[in-house]
Amino acid sequence: MFLIHCPYCEEHREEEEFHAAGQAHLPRPLDPDSMTDEQWGDYLFYRKNTRGEYRELWVHAAGCGKYFNVSRNTQTYEIYATYKTGEVLESTSQMSVGPTGSVLNYRTADKEGS
Amino acid sequence: MLSQSQLKIQQRNRLDNGGRINRGKPITFSFDGRPLMGFEGDTLASALLANGVDVVGRSFKYGRPRGIMTAGVEEPNAVLQIGSTEATQIPNIKATEQMLYNGLVAKPVNGWPNVDFDVMGLLGRVGGDLMTPGFYYKTFMWPKSRWETYEKFIRKAAGLGSSPAVPDVDRYDHMNRHADVMVVGAGPAGLMAALRAAKSGARVLIADEGSEFGGSLLFSKETIDGKPAMQWVADVVEQLGANPQVTMLTRATVNGYHDHNFLTISERRTDHLNDRAPSGQARQRMHKVRAGSVVLATGAHERPLVFANNDLPGCMVASSISHYINRFAVVPGNKLVVVTSNDSGYQCALDWADAGREVVAIIDTRAAPDGVATELALERGIKVMKGSALIEARGKKRVQGAIVAPINTSATFVTGDTQHLTCDTIASSGGWSPAVHLSCHTGSRPVWSSEILGFVPGTTTEQRWSAGAVSGQQSLSDVLADGVKAGQDAANATHASGKADIDDLPVPIASSGNQTHCDAMPVYLLPHTKPCSRSPKQFVDMQNDVTAAGIEMTTREGFESIEHVKRYTALGFGTDQGKTGNINGMAIVANALGKTIAQTGTTVFRPNYTPVSFGVVTGAHTGPLFDPQRFTPMHEWHLDRGAEFENVGQWKRPWYYPVGDETMDQAIVREQLAMRQGVGVLDASTLGKIDIQGKDAREFLARVYTNAWAKLKPGFCRYGLMCSDDGMVMDDGVTACLAENHFHMTTTTGGAARVMSWLEIYHQTEWPELEVFFNSVTDHWATMAIAGPDARKLLEKLTDADVSADSLKFMQCTEATVAGIPARIFRISFTGDLSFEINVAAHYGLAVWKALFEAGEEFNLTPYGTESMHVLRAEKGFIIVGQDTDGSVTPLDINHGWAVVDSKPFSYLGKRGMKRNDFLRTDRKHLVGLRTVDSQAELPEGAQAVRDPAEPIPMTMVGHVTSSYYSAFLKRRIAMGLIKDGLNRMGETVFFPLRDGSVIEAEICSTVFLDPDNQRQKV
Repeated sequence: MFLIHCPYCEEHREEEEFHAAGQAHLPRPLDPDSMTDEQWGDYLFYRKNTRGEYRELWVHAAGCGKYFNVSRNTQTYEIYATYKTGEVLESTSQMSVGPTGSVLNYRTADKEGS
Repeated sequence: MLSQSQLKIQQRNRLDNGGRINRGKPITFSFDGRPLMGFEGDTLASALLANGVDVVGRSFKYGRPRGIMTAGVEEPNAVLQIGSTEATQIPNIKATEQMLYNGLVAKPVNGWPNVDFDVMGLLGRVGGDLMTPGFYYKTFMWPKSRWETYEKFIRKAAGLGSSPAVPDVDRYDHMNRHADVMVVGAGPAGLMAALRAAKSGARVLIADEGSEFGGSLLFSKETIDGKPAMQWVADVVEQLGANPQVTMLTRATVNGYHDHNFLTISERRTDHLNDRAPSGQARQRMHKVRAGSVVLATGAHERPLVFANNDLPGCMVASSISHYINRFAVVPGNKLVVVTSNDSGYQCALDWADAGREVVAIIDTRAAPDGVATELALERGIKVMKGSALIEARGKKRVQGAIVAPINTSATFVTGDTQHLTCDTIASSGGWSPAVHLSCHTGSRPVWSSEILGFVPGTTTEQRWSAGAVSGQQSLSDVLADGVKAGQDAANATHASGKADIDDLPVPIASSGNQTHCDAMPVYLLPHTKPCSRSPKQFVDMQNDVTAAGIEMTTREGFESIEHVKRYTALGFGTDQGKTGNINGMAIVANALGKTIAQTGTTVFRPNYTPVSFGVVTGAHTGPLFDPQRFTPMHEWHLDRGAEFENVGQWKRPWYYPVGDETMDQAIVREQLAMRQGVGVLDASTLGKIDIQGKDAREFLARVYTNAWAKLKPGFCRYGLMCSDDGMVMDDGVTACLAENHFHMTTTTGGAARVMSWLEIYHQTEWPELEVFFNSVTDHWATMAIAGPDARKLLEKLTDADVSADSLKFMQCTEATVAGIPARIFRISFTGDLSFEINVAAHYGLAVWKALFEAGEEFNLTPYGTESMHVLRAEKGFIIVGQDTDGSVTPLDINHGWAVVDSKPFSYLGKRGMKRNDFLRTDRKHLVGLRTVDSQAELPEGAQAVRDPAEPIPMTMVGHVTSSYYSAFLKRRIAMGLIKDGLNRMGETVFFPLRDGSVIEAEICSTVFLDPDNQRQKV
């Protein structure tokens, strides 16, 4: 059960309020009609299966209803960052990480958020 | 009630004094039909031992007699069935965990006819040598076809307990909790951690599986800060209790440690009180905890040593002897032999001697133990046999003696003559295994410590500390200090510290101090004079009857991974999950493979730490609370009318309305004819409705629907088909233009939520520049569809709007009042007949519905349900997405090319998908009508179509039936199906061979069976 920071609500909330919606940063091609079947198939069906840091789209389904991006480690399940759609996360090296490598201390984040 | 003297006779192993039991409150209970007595404060196990009950079960595979071996959750043998009535039966209760209550009824889970005389035991004695690992697979899998037959008998013989045959009578619930610091375990380390964290100002939750706090101190004779250990515990508990920031839970096992410091606690609230929970109380509660920091102070489990016949009742782990003597005033025998590889094994001999019973000898595998423990034993005059091993226990249903022999310094073989010691109890200690289970639940792998000869918690990404015995601390002083440090670190990490008491908390002083100890010897399996495979059975995992020889054989058969060994031998399975046997088993595997234990590694520990009841997992989510139910505003009316209901997602929809003793078939025939010939009404409130507004709403619709929306004027409706970007049909429905920038979209009942998030995800992530807003209004509107030739006459009686054929044309909508209530009227049809869908605010739904029936009496207004709706729509060839489509059909496949407009400027969702190469084939499966040659022949939905019924099996299948009904109006069966190349084969015949050997012949035809010229709906 993840504890996920909704970048719109600016709060950590329980995973039960969210749904995962697949790989993030997959813009729909602007001119689908000019694409070959192979290119279109790649866009539609091919997804990364990364071991390690991975960018996902989640939605705060039982909250604000907003879609947002999550940088998550698929091996350790750490969440490094969450950020709004349209925003860019350059690097995960600047994450504020707790004493044992976790960024999940809800107290800390609440303070940062307010 | 028995007299005191009878009590005494019965409880022959009970000491006259001491223990944390209430002698003023005797308790009666029964075991295997025998009435017995114990005291308040007893566990079921301590009471059984007090009464001298040796055999509590029979082993799973060999039927060997088994007795109580430990005093905690690691117990492999004393697994019992509890419950006095069928509804309160609980299988697999550990006697060591279950507190005694008046009237407790316990039974062994296996053993027939009873545990003292067991038929399987005889078989085990005869066939035992043959039942090697993989025995069942090797023996019964041939011939393979017979496995199902054998399996029934094998399972019956192998079962552990039985589940109740009637519903549980008790209640269970769930509770959410939040804490800055969650401390797991309330032994010395956990208590200190909680105290330290609480003094820092943190909100602390501390939970322990035991009936009272104290952990190992419950049976310790040490003093802390000069006080008896349990007095010190009481003082700490009082301090914690006085702090409003601290929550303490007893009988609460932290069973799961999940991601991001989410923990689940199973609290047994009333299991210690009675067979049933007292009225109004939940029997068990699941606490779902989200913690800032976690301190694991889960302690350690003592490992028994493995020797021949070590499963005889009377063989126990050393610390459990101290536990029973000091906590329960029960000495489980008369003559004790101790075998140990370390100092901690000595304590039980001292306690035993203090209780006034005979210690025959302490057998120490170490050649020259020179610690304080050995000195103390020698001072007390206890015989210590150094450099020796207990190699075999003797006895039938209880230990009667022990065979002892000198061994070499690595404990791999016997070096001299054996001798027999007479005894009735054997205590063994092979060291301590930290309870690392929880630390592994989030993916962290434990690390082997050669210093303590056990696995300790590894690194983690969670904000978690471990303290005390679980992290490898061995002396009480170190444990206490470790607890203080962990509590401080954990509190600091939550930023909750610094609020209150910032003074350093002094570490309490334990009486044992830093006394010299002698290093433990790494020994797990004690040698025998015979090789492992020939000696009497040396049990590693008691619950699964896994022996040392079995594990060695498994490695010879080529199983090298510890995970494979586990699955082939069943080592570490079962209700105890190998808490006593795992490390010994891994050591034997490592030895057999010439590896170290660190190299062999452990199996993966997963939640739950101990078994939990289904009740506590389910909580209150049973019966009507299992899943939310959704009712339309007219639900009460449907109930009064005697409707049968159909579940559509969470909705309860009227399925049909039987009159008198009508069958379903009779009812839907009546409903269909009433609608086609007069007027019927359907409660369509469950239809998904999305209110769409904004200046770009029209553009947005054009992007998500396959057809054109640019020219739809206010007051008009349009059917829309929605595709996913792969070109497959996803949903359909009618959308009305209410105003230039305001639309009312309808979706299928089941697709409402999916479509809503579909619109949102495209708006939010792809086209945020479009100014459009979506609002799910499904529940805001009550929708009633009146349909039939008399529909207009009925509506005219109730509305102020002009609904004549010229004023409100087909596919138009208007705002008006109906029965005096503001309404939206859509002239759309899902039946092919004249039809109006009336929408009113949900809370007016029932009133308007009733008004319709009042006004409709003269027209014989007939309510119809979803079953009739399905037939009526199929007569007209209207599809149901998800029934006539399945995610592999495009609009063109279902002959809906008229709803696809490619000239739109934006490449709408599904357009490019529909242009993929395969979709340009003209012989794909198409949705077509199927007219059976025999008008009454019933084509089952799902029946497969072939072109040549004479073709040998396997036949070439060319499609299947998607919808099939009896049309009352047409007086024949009608059907639709997806048939390969169907649209190009109108008039051809296809055949449907059925399971019973018959074949139904049908002609491919249009899906529109009724009124192909659309006259009826346009009147």
